[in-house]
Amino acid sequence: MTPNPYLFIVIFAGVALAFPLLPLGLAWLWRKFFQPPKPGAQKNAIYECGVESIGEAQIQFRSQYYLYAIIFLIFDVEAIFLVPFAVAFTGLPIGAFIAILVFLLLLIEGLIWAWGKGCLNWAR
Amino acid sequence: MTEGQIDEGLRSELQRQGIWVTSMQELYNWGRKNSIWPLQFGLACCAIEMIATAASRYDIARFGGEIFRPSPRQADLMIVAGTITKKMAPQIVRLYNQMPDPKYVISMGACAISGGPFKQGYNVLKGIDRYIPVDVYIPGCPPRPEALLHAFMELQRKIDDQKLTGANKAQHLEPGQPSEFPVPAFGEHDLEPPANPDVFQAPKLERV
Repeated sequence: MTPNPYLFIVIFAGVALAFPLLPLGLAWLWRKFFQPPKPGAQKNAIYECGVESIGEAQIQFRSQYYLYAIIFLIFDVEAIFLVPFAVAFTGLPIGAFIAILVFLLLLIEGLIWAWGKGCLNWAR
Repeated sequence: MTEGQIDEGLRSELQRQGIWVTSMQELYNWGRKNSIWPLQFGLACCAIEMIATAASRYDIARFGGEIFRPSPRQADLMIVAGTITKKMAPQIVRLYNQMPDPKYVISMGACAISGGPFKQGYNVLKGIDRYIPVDVYIPGCPPRPEALLHAFMELQRKIDDQKLTGANKAQHLEPGQPSEFPVPAFGEHDLEPPANPDVFQAPKLERV
């Protein structure tokens, strides 16, 4: 009689569970009987570089940064789409061509708007 | 479990017959002393000697101390290697506080012991033992890698002697013993306080 082939998976899963759980349980017992836990404010601190952290981790960005987001879209994200567009240009169906033109038009509109607002002028 | 349960003569007799007897305490200390993970940080020129000790020529790995951890959470041993400026001292104490127990400190070189050649400097701490308890001191400027290895072996001997139970058991097993020490703050002229009175008493100056 051959054993069920899935039996090995069960054995493997059992060993895989016992292998990490046994040392963890032993460590827990050790802590319980010998080593008293000694937590502290600095021991439990989040950063471990030796320097105290300053301020809150959850900060808000000002909404004025939307200009950077728009210019990032125009000059970086557009370029990512332009390269495959240029490579596949001759084989494109008319629908895809119009879709990318609409996309470009929207971004060009943003570019004109940013230009008119003076965002592209060199700050003096 | 406690010391004295195994008679030494009986043990050697059993060992001759091929039976190895040990106790929980010996097993625990044997494991700890042979895998001391130092904290990876250097302060000054002594750190170069520490790096040499860790590298192939002197090879601290032979003693189980090759795993230099860049995080205090994973380190057992702090090798204070170099001049401690007063600007750096709070960070060192904070790093020491962040190490889990049991933790040990090797004060490497003249500067870490007493300020060394820069003792008169306005910005130099006169020894790390003013703020944290030190286990092994290594004199030298800088100490050679062999000296650091010797200190490491001394520390291993110290760990091997630590008791698991009883009245004089190891410090980290005492619930009342602190694991964190107060971090000095930058004062107007000096660190505040200039020393932790619980771990450091200035030697009495006697003029004759």
